[in-house]
Amino acid sequence: MENISIEHFLIVSTLMLFTGIYGFLTRKNLITMLMSAELILNSVNINFVAVNKFLYPENLQGQFFAMFVIGIAAVEVAVAIAIIISLYRKVRMIDVEKVNEMKY
Amino acid sequence: MEQIVFYILASMIVIFSVLTVTTRKILRAAVYLLTVLLATAGFFFLLNFNFLAAVQLTVYAGGIVVLIIFSIMLTSHVNERLEATGNRKKFFSFVAVLAGALICISTILDYGFKEKSDIEINTSMSKIGTDLLSYGDGGFVLPFEVISILLLAAMIGAIVLAKRETQN
Repeated sequence: MENISIEHFLIVSTLMLFTGIYGFLTRKNLITMLMSAELILNSVNINFVAVNKFLYPENLQGQFFAMFVIGIAAVEVAVAIAIIISLYRKVRMIDVEKVNEMKY
Repeated sequence: MEQIVFYILASMIVIFSVLTVTTRKILRAAVYLLTVLLATAGFFFLLNFNFLAAVQLTVYAGGIVVLIIFSIMLTSHVNERLEATGNRKKFFSFVAVLAGALICISTILDYGFKEKSDIEINTSMSKIGTDLLSYGDGGFVLPFEVISILLLAAMIGAIVLAKRETQN
């Protein structure tokens, strides 16, 4: 790992994070917005692991935080997909701009 | 050698994450997301975090992507094209994202990280298991227990939400 520094990893994860934010802003379908959120969470994982490896190698805190982020992402996807499916059953579509049933 | 692998994985991540948020076919977006997650697992292997890479492959690539593909199959037609976003919205989102990315990257390049390359990181399975269940320094038993309660609550919540309402 002589020639690859921490900046390389951080730049890749920055690009991934902002791609996810772009998707979150422009998409209208709920499932694709969920995928953008996955991209954002995943880029945070890369950051945690790179900082753990290069700056604080005496402990494994970054690895454990990345593991908990993965677990919470699984929870989030499970609940979000349950909501999307029950919403689809009610109104037969999952576009965020047309679904305002939950407001009332 | 490691450098070549790194650049291949990095370009895969960047290209496929852009494709994930720009493609008009929803099933393809899911497959591109799967590729991004696999390349991230490759990063973890490259950094010697073997257990984390295995967790990434099984939970993310195996579990979450399958769940997403299931919900796509349940809610939309496979060949259906997504509605295009307005050019105005696209433009302003792109400008905001580009500005944010430039600020972050310039900060990262200016910061001057002090890398500790003399200590070799220990990611053996026994150290992970001991740390995860110890309550001393560097132990993670409290978040471990909290996340198990959270997983149970989410499981019950997902079942209740997705259950078909009984006819009355």
